Amino acid sequence: MVQFNLPENSKVLKGTYFKDNTGSQNIKKINIYRWDPEKNENPKIDTFEVDLKKCGNKVLDILNKIKNEIDPSLTYRRSCAHGVCGSCAMNVDGVNTLSCMKSHKDINGDINIYPLPHLKVIKDLVADLTTLYRQYETIEPWLKIKEKKPKKFEINQSKENRKKLDGLYECIMCACCSTSCPSYWWNGEKYLGPAVLLQAYRWIIDSRDEERAERLKVVADKLKLYGCHTIMNCTNSCPKGLNPAKAISSLKKMLATN
Amino acid sequence: MKAYKIIDHEYDVLVVGAGGAGLRAAVGLSESGLKTACISKVFPTRSHTAAAQGGISAALGNAGEDDWRWHMYDTVKGSDWLGDQDSIEYLCKEAPRAVIELEHYGVPFSRTDDGKIYQRAFGGMTKDYGNSPVQRTCAAADRTGHAILHTLYGQALKHNTNFFIEYFVLDLIMKDGECKGVIAWNLNDGTIHRFKSHITIIATGGYGKVYYSATAAHTCTGDGNGMVLRAGLALQDMEFVQFHPTGLYGIGCLISEAVRGEGGYLLNSKGERFMEKYAPNAKDLASRDVVSRSIAIEINEGRGIGEYKDHVHLHISHIEKKIIESRLPGISESVETFIGRDVTKEPIPVVPTVHYNMGGIPTNYKAEVLTGNGKDKTVPGLMAIGESACVSVHGANRLGSNSLIDLVVFGRAAAQRAIELVKPNTPHEKVSSSETDKCLDRFDRLRNGNGKNKTSELRLSMQKIMQSKCAVFRTEKTLKEGVDEIKKPYEGMESISVKDKSLIFNTDLMETLEFDNLIRQAITTLESAYSRKESRGAHAREDFPKRDDVNFMKHTLSWHNGKKVKIDYRPVTLSTMSNEVQSFPPKERVY
Repeated sequence: MVQFNLPENSKVLKGTYFKDNTGSQNIKKINIYRWDPEKNENPKIDTFEVDLKKCGNKVLDILNKIKNEIDPSLTYRRSCAHGVCGSCAMNVDGVNTLSCMKSHKDINGDINIYPLPHLKVIKDLVADLTTLYRQYETIEPWLKIKEKKPKKFEINQSKENRKKLDGLYECIMCACCSTSCPSYWWNGEKYLGPAVLLQAYRWIIDSRDEERAERLKVVADKLKLYGCHTIMNCTNSCPKGLNPAKAISSLKKMLATN
Repeated sequence: MKAYKIIDHEYDVLVVGAGGAGLRAAVGLSESGLKTACISKVFPTRSHTAAAQGGISAALGNAGEDDWRWHMYDTVKGSDWLGDQDSIEYLCKEAPRAVIELEHYGVPFSRTDDGKIYQRAFGGMTKDYGNSPVQRTCAAADRTGHAILHTLYGQALKHNTNFFIEYFVLDLIMKDGECKGVIAWNLNDGTIHRFKSHITIIATGGYGKVYYSATAAHTCTGDGNGMVLRAGLALQDMEFVQFHPTGLYGIGCLISEAVRGEGGYLLNSKGERFMEKYAPNAKDLASRDVVSRSIAIEINEGRGIGEYKDHVHLHISHIEKKIIESRLPGISESVETFIGRDVTKEPIPVVPTVHYNMGGIPTNYKAEVLTGNGKDKTVPGLMAIGESACVSVHGANRLGSNSLIDLVVFGRAAAQRAIELVKPNTPHEKVSSSETDKCLDRFDRLRNGNGKNKTSELRLSMQKIMQSKCAVFRTEKTLKEGVDEIKKPYEGMESISVKDKSLIFNTDLMETLEFDNLIRQAITTLESAYSRKESRGAHAREDFPKRDDVNFMKHTLSWHNGKKVKIDYRPVTLSTMSNEVQSFPPKERVY
């Protein structure tokens, strides 16, 4: 039988153990994926003993505490810390999420933190989202109007039509959904993935947009859209509670009934 | 110093920062055909514009009669007469067009029954020159900033803007008082880049992170302001730091003014609607400085809530659930996520939290940076917009929803001015390497810091000093202490420790560079506050409780040469830009 193994230099090794030196009774072990592109070394898992007594409730608070107090070289993206910018997406306790919104109190035992899966790692928890951003560009995320509208007035939109954008426009492009999708793991170059398809649907369903048919044509592709096999990991992982799977099925339905 | 290989680029115009202001400028520039680059340390949609909730002001009149002159009056009054009236006229007159433009770009605004852009009430926004509240704040539920930012990024893609994403700009390249471009560090591969340009537009946002508790993101470090100080230029009105009345207690997350705009109100521990006492007419919708001071007084006088009596309650549970769900879904989610409360049933614990910097890089209404020396002389090649700029349209206190409109109006103005000034494909002057060397020398010195002070410790020390010495209420004593104490973290940089020596995505080094920017702004903020011996807008001196128009109706300018701060002043522009509106003379400010 054929055996598939990770190449030698991709094997994740055991890293450094950072022992708590505060003497706290409320210690949690945090295992974090580390990889430094400038060192010719394998990725490793460092373990940090963290005093949760003096730490905020979220996983991001733990990372900040480690970076501020234990190891300043720990690398991750972060910005707003309130779940609106989408920077701190990572895999926590086996699930893709925003570390600023994920409470560590919900996690039993050690906490395992990895970068978003199946992306090229730039360093530690920072993953390369370039492909996803390129795919986002291909759906042309801007309003298309055939004739120039008078500049003095808004384009009217009924409350009902506006409501169709709810559950879509809120997407913050954190990529938790796309990187939790097995189909996107295997065909990430060709399949657009749930995040980008949700965005595509957001413009297709906008009553103000005048190029719905053309937009549909662009996504109606064996791999771009139908790479989705309704696995639903996307919806399960969305930290904003959105439902990309539903947006995708709406797209499929539109194509089937048009 | 180890030699760094430098990769050169040439552009007509550079935009540093990709938030609302930077993107709007980049869209205008790219559309015009100028060769434009937009450089940002984060992916554009991660910018802090995304966190703006309540809305964007413009006298559209979709919910009753409105007039841009009324908006202008409110803004002048809100600024406590420190705003420049020519710029404020420009802002308010241009606002409706700018919002319509955003709508045409695709912003998913909430709608009225007749399909128009929904507008809500906001603090300090009135009709008929202060007579009664008006609904002027255009909203996309309570995610207006997010909606605008994502839409503007889409527009920038439409116009093929050249983005340099996750590039950290280190410094401006200055030559004989002119800006010739910037030096930047590409985080993704660790390379150093020199961008030459005819015009550089700074759109790097505010510096909220000089404080310990702020609604600002980790990345709000005012990098452009830091670069300007290092270039020997002045910052303006740095003492004016807005405390948002309703930051989520213990978390710091913003709870939008829209909550009060939709009918929410504040209560103290005695269950009193205390804002009725401080602002009999506008009550909970007085301007932010007034509401923040009122909360601080309630807490100081022992009527705060909780074990430590250190916050108050914001009530919205009386509002219809349907309204909360449709108009305030974001704050409902935040309160649930961060403190596990259901806003339809329980009050929200809130406390005044640092939110916005009225001060920044002095500019005229065309976004050109002023030298501060002599009569409004400009710095050739340099512009500033958005929160990093001080035009000044917000003066001593910004009204809620006036920041988003500031971004797009002046983002566009900057693009237009640059288009007037630059002929496409004008050849670039040769710049000597001395500026680059100076910049990389600082970079290299910090990178190789092997001292005893961790960046995080120096930062924390700075934040605690700012929080305790330069808060809602200030006195000669606290400010003097602040001015003295802040020297310690600044001098601590001489013995800084940077553990990570690498170049690829070295956030240890990036945070150190950000700290270098922050600490200079903390120093100029404290010195500016110490020098202003009056109370005006957000700058409330207990020892000088009155506004002093005779001595202090002027903008503060502050320079920091690496050792000392120099303070000077320039006059406020009271005259308007056109004769479509009369200047509003100073009067007592009551809500």
